[in-house]
Amino acid sequence: MSLLSRRSDLPLKGDPNSRFLPWLVALMVYLSSIAVACVLVLAGLVERWDHDVSGTLTVQVQPVPGEAGELLTDDRVRQAADLMRRTPGVTAVRPLDKRQTLALLEPWLGSAELVKDLPLPRLIDVSIDTAVRLDLGGLADRLGKSVPGATIDDHRVWLSRLINLSRTTEWVAIAILVLIGFVTSATVVYATKTGMSVHRSVIEVLHLIGAHDDYIARQFADRAFSLGFSGGMIGLAMAVPTLTAIGWAAKRVEGGFLPSLSVPLSGWVVVGLLPVLAAILAMYTARLTVHGVLSRMP
Amino acid sequence: MRHRPRGQHIIRFEGVGLRYGLGPEVLQDVDFALPAGSFHFLTGASGAGKSSLLRLMYLGLRPSRGRVTLFDKDIALTRRYELPALRRRIGVVFQDFRLLDHLSTLDNVALPLRVRGVKESEVQKHVPELLSWVGLADQMHSKPPTLSGGQKQRVAIARAVIGRPDLLLADEPTGNVDDHIAMRLLHLFEELNKLGTTVVIATHNQFLVDRFSQHSRLHIERGTVVEPEDEA
Ligand SMILES: Nc1ncnc2c1ncn2[C@@H]1O[C@H](COP(=O)(O)OP(=O)(O)O)[C@@H](O)[C@H]1O
Ligand SMILES: [Mg+2]
Repeated sequence: MSLLSRRSDLPLKGDPNSRFLPWLVALMVYLSSIAVACVLVLAGLVERWDHDVSGTLTVQVQPVPGEAGELLTDDRVRQAADLMRRTPGVTAVRPLDKRQTLALLEPWLGSAELVKDLPLPRLIDVSIDTAVRLDLGGLADRLGKSVPGATIDDHRVWLSRLINLSRTTEWVAIAILVLIGFVTSATVVYATKTGMSVHRSVIEVLHLIGAHDDYIARQFADRAFSLGFSGGMIGLAMAVPTLTAIGWAAKRVEGGFLPSLSVPLSGWVVVGLLPVLAAILAMYTARLTVHGVLSRMP
Repeated sequence: MRHRPRGQHIIRFEGVGLRYGLGPEVLQDVDFALPAGSFHFLTGASGAGKSSLLRLMYLGLRPSRGRVTLFDKDIALTRRYELPALRRRIGVVFQDFRLLDHLSTLDNVALPLRVRGVKESEVQKHVPELLSWVGLADQMHSKPPTLSGGQKQRVAIARAVIGRPDLLLADEPTGNVDDHIAMRLLHLFEELNKLGTTVVIATHNQFLVDRFSQHSRLHIERGTVVEPEDEA
């Protein structure tokens, strides 16, 4: 670890920064690890659910009772089928006529002769391109509005809504990660500027002796790296038990529809890298800050 | 543009004036040029502007007006990133030393080498050598706050000369040592001068100026550099 033991001409060790920066980074790494775990777990769930809702689905159209019911129902089936055909991602639409529906039901209801006068719902078989993700929730809403009595397979619609929620949550978690990065950077900028004004006279001497800006910037950067790294390790140490506990809790509630709530291996790798990422972020931020401040000096 | 032979002068001041902030001009209409390899005393009463003039020379300040040419470069036209290369050719003994209190004597003296990226093995070889030369061999690992005024001064001098500068600027470098050590330090500066370094020493020590009277003088009076009147 030559970076951590490199000589420094600036007395940065005793700065007040040394005390608060690692704790701040620790907190940030802790929060990031939870956000990262959140994103990865949700991404895993969405992938499974996506698989479940793709392929084929069935539209039901409730029959209209009464004398003219038959014709009206046929009309609605046609409307629903048209709407499905106009939906992007739908590859085939096959309305089943009454005879076919009865044939489907025969194993349960017995001879078609007996049930042919019952008001049976009519079915439409719809094939979906598996590469396209359909917003079934929205589709179901549109279908219900334009064709009275037409519905899509409930379980699927519900999963689709869950997928939408998960995706939104994923984006929120990613936004939180970006925000954490900004906050960490802003703090490092502030700490570096404070450090520079504390050591102003030393910096001036280094300049007069012929030091380049980068010679000075690297010393601040090295310090920020080691503070960021040690803080990041503290954050990691706090995050591991939390994530493990969440994993355990998830295993208990794991029912049919929450396939795997525990953090995947890739998640642990990313979480393990967070202290290094935080340290590198702190290092570059400090270096750029010093260059920025020095370039405005005479 | 006026024709001027290149490389003859280490530093040249033309119509230079300096004011601090909105204050009066501390220096005005300063004109002089130092030939390469020359040795000068810079004299003048306390508050005359000796330190200010040196500050302009080591690029610690920019002039309020006029032109400073250093190593054939017009300072006003020099970009920020080019300054370190110029500064590395200058060794400075500051009046208040400006040693870094948290670094040992050795590390202080090593600074000019380290900012140049000199190999650590070289640093460990040359710095102790020079420190024994200025009589600080046993203070190598002490920090400045534990040193006497005279010892600090010698550390400051060692730091100024370790990089074998082309131009050595010393602000009252013998102010805190007795005449015996002052002579020894002056001899060190002369050795350096013989190797080609241009030397400017600001001093109010008349004894030294008289003792080394073969060297030329820059005298500051009423804010400007004048030819010194010979001693009456
Ligand atoms: N940093 C400064 N800010 C304002 N005035 C200064 C500063 N340094 C020096 N001066 C003024 O400039 C004049 C010359 O000072 P100085 O160059 O230190 O003289 P010397 O070194 O010959 O004693 C003095 O009047 C002093 O008060
Ligand atoms: Mg002075």
